[in-house]
Amino acid sequence: MINRECGVYQTTYEGDMAIYPVPLARYAAVGSIGVLVLLPLVLDSHQMALVNLMILAAVGAIGLNILVGYTGQVSLGHGAFMMVGSYTAAILTARYDVPFWLALPCGGAVAALVGVFFGIPSLRIKGLYLAIATLAAQFIIEWVINHSTWISAGAQATIYISTPTVFGWEINTEFRRFYMILPAAVIAYVGALNLVRSRVGRAFIAVRDRDVAAEIIGVNIFKYKLLAFAVSSFYAGVAGALWTYYLKIANYEHFTLGTSVQYLAMIIIGGLGSVLGSVFGAVFITLLPIVLVYVVEGSARLFGFEYAAIADFLANLRLIIFGTLIILFLAIEPEGLYRLWGNVRRYFRLWPFSY
Amino acid sequence: MGFFADLFVNGLMIGSMYALIALGFVLIYKATSVVNFAQGELVMFGGYIAAAMLSLYHLPLAVALPVLLVSMVILGFAVERGVLRPLVGQNVISVVMVTIGLAQVFQGLAAMVWGAQTINISLPIRLEPYQIWEVYISPINVVAAVISGVFLVGFAWFFRKSRMGVAMRAVANDQQAAMAVGINVRFVFAASWAIAGLAAGIGGVVWGNMLGVDTHLALVGLKVFPAVILGGLDSVPGAVVGGLLIGAIESVAAGYVDPYVGGGTKDFLPYVLMIVALLIRPYGFFGREIIERV
Repeated sequence: MINRECGVYQTTYEGDMAIYPVPLARYAAVGSIGVLVLLPLVLDSHQMALVNLMILAAVGAIGLNILVGYTGQVSLGHGAFMMVGSYTAAILTARYDVPFWLALPCGGAVAALVGVFFGIPSLRIKGLYLAIATLAAQFIIEWVINHSTWISAGAQATIYISTPTVFGWEINTEFRRFYMILPAAVIAYVGALNLVRSRVGRAFIAVRDRDVAAEIIGVNIFKYKLLAFAVSSFYAGVAGALWTYYLKIANYEHFTLGTSVQYLAMIIIGGLGSVLGSVFGAVFITLLPIVLVYVVEGSARLFGFEYAAIADFLANLRLIIFGTLIILFLAIEPEGLYRLWGNVRRYFRLWPFSY
Repeated sequence: MGFFADLFVNGLMIGSMYALIALGFVLIYKATSVVNFAQGELVMFGGYIAAAMLSLYHLPLAVALPVLLVSMVILGFAVERGVLRPLVGQNVISVVMVTIGLAQVFQGLAAMVWGAQTINISLPIRLEPYQIWEVYISPINVVAAVISGVFLVGFAWFFRKSRMGVAMRAVANDQQAAMAVGINVRFVFAASWAIAGLAAGIGGVVWGNMLGVDTHLALVGLKVFPAVILGGLDSVPGAVVGGLLIGAIESVAAGYVDPYVGGGTKDFLPYVLMIVALLIRPYGFFGREIIERV
């Protein structure tokens, strides 16, 4: 059980390069999908909503990690690309009655186009300058969506959509929303895992590690940088579209600069350059405010404070802890939760004979 | 013509206030090659400290100003020592993110200590605008412009003549070589953060007087990016020129374009300019050109 590599002899290259080369890992992967599918049986509606939020965040975080973690291009505009996907899906659904399964990739595709457009500066600039350029993307996209009446017709640039129907199913409860989001998220996860071990993924990593060397061994840097922007924005667009279907509303306020920062925090805390790490980060950042509320509320009740009195305090405390966590992870464990998870696994792999 | 002149001159005045913040930003970048996304938050912090002393505790300006400046210098030192030193030599993403994390902490901290409501700073400066020909100029803008000018001259002297300034330039140029000739690089880093804190403190007072102090004050920090990119990230005169330019352009554009698009040109045009500048001339007007072929 613990010495799971025992007796596994790879005889083909395919077997060696599989996502999960060890049978036990394969069973574990299938098992965890099974657990996810059966999750609604044990959780109530409120807990289900939390799981949904985590999965939504994970899709966006995986996308950002492909760009930042694997290709090494800093982006502060992820929220804006999600906004593009969100509005695309909302417009297609509300005005043209496009079905869910078509509007979702459309949201991704439009976001990818916009992402490539704002990725063009990455051909000339990198690092700090790119971070600043994507910061501009965030503001420009936000302004354009807000100020063009064709896109944001309606009060406060908000588009409402009716309850979505997926293959004849009306998505009106948390449980059904879960089954709407989960397949998309699983595809996104497996897709990312496959992407990063493919030729394209290796090119991304080469660009990140040393762009000059990558160019010399024949990686077309411009192409792969733009491709990374496209893929990452596609993920962002799909995540944004899923948000729209989840909340039945498209609003720019869900995708501000703060959102971009939050997603960056997810991949930093989760682990840069790791797909599973993005999921860890998404879960962590989603749970953080909720756990904080429980803890602070509990201790406040202990000292006899009312919740209303500490609401402000709580919001500020959240910001402080959020920022502190980013700083601490960067300073102490730059590889994030994924590294910690790996440490635990390594320890138990040879346990109890680790020496 | 009067309309244009009014917009232009007032834009320049606002621009000089951008320049004041941009100076601190450029200083940090020049000496430590850290892009400080928390510069706006430093300004906000300075504003809060000033507002707390002047409006909440009713201290006289002669006491409040030195206390503000000293506490901003300490804050700058503390930030460098506590947050940025462990990250020396890390990659760009880490350094950018750590300043963003710092920004979040500052936002939360300021709102927690001083509350979320807007506090006004009242300075002993007259409120009615001066009228010159057809142009109205409010006195606080003049004060800001004078302060920016003084800072600019001061920085120019500092970098050219003073021992510390030359050491800073040496560190910016080549850290290892600077270390080899006996410059205390750590102290230079700390000092540049301290000076940036000082500039941010003064910026906080001026901006806080104009906008009122709350956590939104930090947003002016984001406006500084277009200014420094246009001027050149590592150039002190560039920061001033960029600030003036952004101030003038956004003011004129807002005056003429806003009625057609329903507002917000101010928050949009500087970033478009910045993207264009990044594509054509990423090192800005005065920045050091880094040639790299990839």
